Amino acid sequence: MIAEQPVYERPIGLTAAYTHYCPGCTHGIAHRLTAEVLEELGILGRTIGVASVGCSVFAYNYIACDFVGAAHGRAPAVATGLKRVLPDRIIFTYQGDGDLASIGLGEVLHAAARGECITVIFINNAIYGMTGGQMAPTSPAGMVTTSSPTGRDPRQTGHPVRVCELIAQMDGAAYVARRSLHNPAEIRRAKKALRAAFECQMNGRGFALVELLSTCPTNWGMTPVDALRWVEERMLPVFPLGEFKNVP
Amino acid sequence: MARELLKGNEAIAEAAIRAGLDAYFGYPITPQTELLEYLARRMPELGRAFVQAESEVAAINMVYGAACAGKRAMTSSSGPGISLMQEGLSYIAGAELPAVVVDVMRGGPGLGNIAASQSDYFQVTRSAGHGDFRPLTLAPATIQEAIDLTGLAFDLAERYRMLVILLIDGNLGQMMEPAELPPFRQHTSPTPEWAVSGAEGRPHRIITSLYLQPEALERHNLKLQKKLAVIAEREQRFAGLYLEDADLIVVAFGSAARVAQNAVEAARAQGMAVGLFRPITLSPFPMRALERLAPRARAFLVVEMNAGQMVEDVRLAVAGRAPVRFYGRLGGVEMLPDEVLQAIEQAMRDTRVTKNGARMLDAEVQR
Repeated sequence: MIAEQPVYERPIGLTAAYTHYCPGCTHGIAHRLTAEVLEELGILGRTIGVASVGCSVFAYNYIACDFVGAAHGRAPAVATGLKRVLPDRIIFTYQGDGDLASIGLGEVLHAAARGECITVIFINNAIYGMTGGQMAPTSPAGMVTTSSPTGRDPRQTGHPVRVCELIAQMDGAAYVARRSLHNPAEIRRAKKALRAAFECQMNGRGFALVELLSTCPTNWGMTPVDALRWVEERMLPVFPLGEFKNVP
Repeated sequence: MARELLKGNEAIAEAAIRAGLDAYFGYPITPQTELLEYLARRMPELGRAFVQAESEVAAINMVYGAACAGKRAMTSSSGPGISLMQEGLSYIAGAELPAVVVDVMRGGPGLGNIAASQSDYFQVTRSAGHGDFRPLTLAPATIQEAIDLTGLAFDLAERYRMLVILLIDGNLGQMMEPAELPPFRQHTSPTPEWAVSGAEGRPHRIITSLYLQPEALERHNLKLQKKLAVIAEREQRFAGLYLEDADLIVVAFGSAARVAQNAVEAARAQGMAVGLFRPITLSPFPMRALERLAPRARAFLVVEMNAGQMVEDVRLAVAGRAPVRFYGRLGGVEMLPDEVLQAIEQAMRDTRVTKNGARMLDAEVQR
């Protein structure tokens, strides 16, 4: 008789709670990757997360480290306050595109400019999920949302914000990468980027940000499979993947 | 410690340091900027945290972050900046974090001006942000008192896990007068049991102001209100002058109380039975003491450097048992003792007319 060999388990960095995320949403993948990296780097017990406002507002119920909830867009400022008084702890924020790229753009840009030694995990699914599918600062041209019902018209509503390219300009930013969660190969690269971003903080090199292209099947009005395809077909051309900065 | 000639903003900054300030986050705005400048030099000298934030919005959220770690955190600003901080103030209140905020009031509304004013009274005591909460508000009238109340502010903030606002105006921030700083306090308190520090060896902690279920949020609100009731019971503070035999009681806070005191002294020299009631805590307002005085005084005169804000609290305490008049100057105009004395004389004249019957009509005498 052969004993059962577990090949896939819940990482200790994830709680046993059922998530409130919709079927096919990639937040679960991003949470798991974060928890695995914190566990593998041996820093889970000295990490403090900063949750934001949006679908990931309850990230603190799922990732098993100390957590604080921040006001909409202000997570990098809250993380700054934490890191300045607890410089030997690992501080990360977990923010969506409305939170980070719209209302919180000032906070994230200045945290990067100051070279705050924090890690920012940026979930870009091109839409406001929690409030029911409004146009986001990262919605591609033509995207139909509840607040761009005939499709985003750049002449009226402007163009998507490319956060990595913006942050990479900041001298205080040490590690900036954009990855995607739409297939297993990209998910493995996303984990490597998260690992690099936390190592960047552990080594005191400065500000680190990882953008993860994600899905929102519910508000995109698609099946989970179609949503993954949409990331590849509609988001990748606007948001090219890659490592934008890696200061040794 | 010896008495030294100290500037208000700098005295508060040094008093905060000696009270164990761990972290300061601020943004330049007149008339509080010296506080930021002073701490920009002193905090790094002592190995403590200082950040000039990109905005008041960011500054208060940095305070929130440092407070989540159980550290003594402070910011300072003036009206326009306090308006921007209201979001963060509400989150601090909701998450029950200790924090100290200094508001050095200037003229408003809008950009207003940079002259001294008391027009943030409502903003601070009533609506320092969305949702049901009131910060504890301390209003010193001298630089010595500002120093003392700065130390008290941190103690109260931690005792009640509460937002405490030190409310002064541009006069007190900018002026110099002799005062004595306290010695450095030992500040080696362990991490509070609610603070985040990393979950090694214990269950993970969460600090949030989010309670999605209405019943849960109601329970949280009731808890906050219960705490406010305890604070109202224990922490009402005021100073009085000539109250024992006063027919007319002048009520004023902060630097308006200094002007009012000159006028009260002058009125006493003329033989008028006038006293001064000076609230030190604006929230909780010293209701109990005023309620005791209400049946004995013939009238109250509230003097403020605004259009009449604290006067509403005085009216609530007096509850119609005596007339409450108001005298104020607006827009950062300095009021002079002579003007207040005239208002006192007028109130005394009006009161005498009807002293044996119903007390005088409650007519406004604002210029």
